[in-house]
Amino acid sequence: MSGFANQPENAVVVTNLVKRYAKAKAIAVDDVSFAVRRGEIFGLLGPNGAGKTTTIGVLTTAIVPTSGTASIGGVNVAEDPIGVKRRIAVVPQQSNLDRSLKVREILTFHAAYHGVGRRERGEMADRLLEQLGLGERKNEKVSAYSGGMVQRLMIARALMHEPEVLFLDEPTNNLDPQSRLFLWERIGELRARGLTILMTTHDMEEADHLCDRIAVMDHGKILVNDSPEALKRTLPGSSALELQTFTASADHAGMNERIAAMLRSLPGTARVDTTADADSEEPGHYTHRLFGDNVHLLIGSAAQAIAECGAEVRNVSVKKPSLEEVFLSLTGRHLR
Amino acid sequence: MGSRTRLALSALLATFQRDLVVTGREFVPFLMQALMQPLFFLFIFGKVLPGIGLAAPNFAALMLPGIVALTGMIAAMQGVTLPLVLDLGFAREIDDRLLAPMPVWFVALEKVLFGALRGAVASSVIFPLGWVILGSGFAVRTDRMFTLVVMVLLTGLVGSTVGLLIGTIIKPDQISLMFTLIFTPLLFTGCTYYPWGALGRIRWFQVMTLLNPLTYAAEGLRYAMVPPTGGRDFPTLPLFWILLALPASVIIVFLLGKRTFGKRVVN
Repeated sequence: MSGFANQPENAVVVTNLVKRYAKAKAIAVDDVSFAVRRGEIFGLLGPNGAGKTTTIGVLTTAIVPTSGTASIGGVNVAEDPIGVKRRIAVVPQQSNLDRSLKVREILTFHAAYHGVGRRERGEMADRLLEQLGLGERKNEKVSAYSGGMVQRLMIARALMHEPEVLFLDEPTNNLDPQSRLFLWERIGELRARGLTILMTTHDMEEADHLCDRIAVMDHGKILVNDSPEALKRTLPGSSALELQTFTASADHAGMNERIAAMLRSLPGTARVDTTADADSEEPGHYTHRLFGDNVHLLIGSAAQAIAECGAEVRNVSVKKPSLEEVFLSLTGRHLR
Repeated sequence: MGSRTRLALSALLATFQRDLVVTGREFVPFLMQALMQPLFFLFIFGKVLPGIGLAAPNFAALMLPGIVALTGMIAAMQGVTLPLVLDLGFAREIDDRLLAPMPVWFVALEKVLFGALRGAVASSVIFPLGWVILGSGFAVRTDRMFTLVVMVLLTGLVGSTVGLLIGTIIKPDQISLMFTLIFTPLLFTGCTYYPWGALGRIRWFQVMTLLNPLTYAAEGLRYAMVPPTGGRDFPTLPLFWILLALPASVIIVFLLGKRTFGKRVVN
């Protein structure tokens, strides 16, 4: 693990990180190691209290680790917090925008705190406000802004000092679908420009859509760390082939038992669930679910088996395991 | 000077400019907030009480320095404490400055410097205000101007450092308690409405007032402002002790405040 730090392609490196709060019983972060590659969107997922916020707090210099190291662009967070602050930007979950300033000033002062020259920061503020669709309302105060506008403004502010690593904490939480889609597009553009992004989210669709790699944390430890596709593959036999059938035969129950038996005998089938559709008006409607790893390969033979038994196939669909199922299987269903 | 130091200083300067812009926009409300109380104090204690014979005629001249000290101290404290309590409690607007490329204690330092400036401005405005309200009762010696400026600045610093310490200790839900338990005793034991030397007859109280930095600020301003009578200076606390106590208070309270500030912003 210690080899991470020497690899220049890594923008963020965390090695054996431990954080124990003074009065807490449990360890907040318990020997966590991971690396985020340059230009990658890395998702840190986990239930509330899993240790995500503490981990990000350490990386953004707000929390001092008990042991272990963390570095941004090769700069150690504990040894040189100022060097780290030059390289990072943080977009928090709740607005911490300066309500005493006008919108454009929020950006220009942020850049001034980071030593950006007067002319440059003015030009940059105007350009970013335009890009994020806030150009027409730049002389207002944020109290007049909607949730989506606040979120966009915080992202604009974060970009004002051209950071190498951007931290996004639940970037689209509580936003309307339009704002969410807009932000997804902007975040995608930032990655295309080479920015490294470390984000947290509870929105599995968002994680699946945006992240190149995902680490799932719980109880202070990282449980898995891989691409969304690879994570979904780790749930064996969880993709399902769903077939809706109909038969006019009076012995529809017996016929469907025979269908189920034939489906079960198809090679590659792990399990079959058969249910009669109780809510249809006429009898004879059934749904068969085949579970297995590559159930899409069974579509032809399953349809043939059903036809041989004398029923007709009305609808076919393949259900892939979702990231949410992966998440729940790792962290359990109990409430936190 | 290394590029690192230059970056940190320019960040400090930018945060100071931010406060200038914000306060500049609210300058009239700021003045009203700072001056309403001294205005009535000057009128009642400097004009009404001597006018109806309940206070000595020179009471106004003795009280004016106390009002200058009190006003400066409160304006400086208010400029630091309340925003800090709210910011550290839930507003978190300070985060943007904490993430600037400077040591986090610079953020506390800027608060103290800007608070002191607020205090000094509020103190200064008492002079024209006193001149208008007190009329013939307005009397300030002009041969100790340099000491006066130093005292006004030190008073602001005393107020803003105390404001930093309180602002980093108090939680938002304790704000009203703070006014009762901290502000009130601080204001009344600070020798603002009475000269320290006159407390000789209540010795235990005289000794107690020495624990309050406001006492030294008020006495220092009395030293610099009260005109001599019959060729004799008005007796105050010795200047030596004032010039020792005020900077010592500023440094010690700032170091304590810097520590509590650090604990609140870096875990």
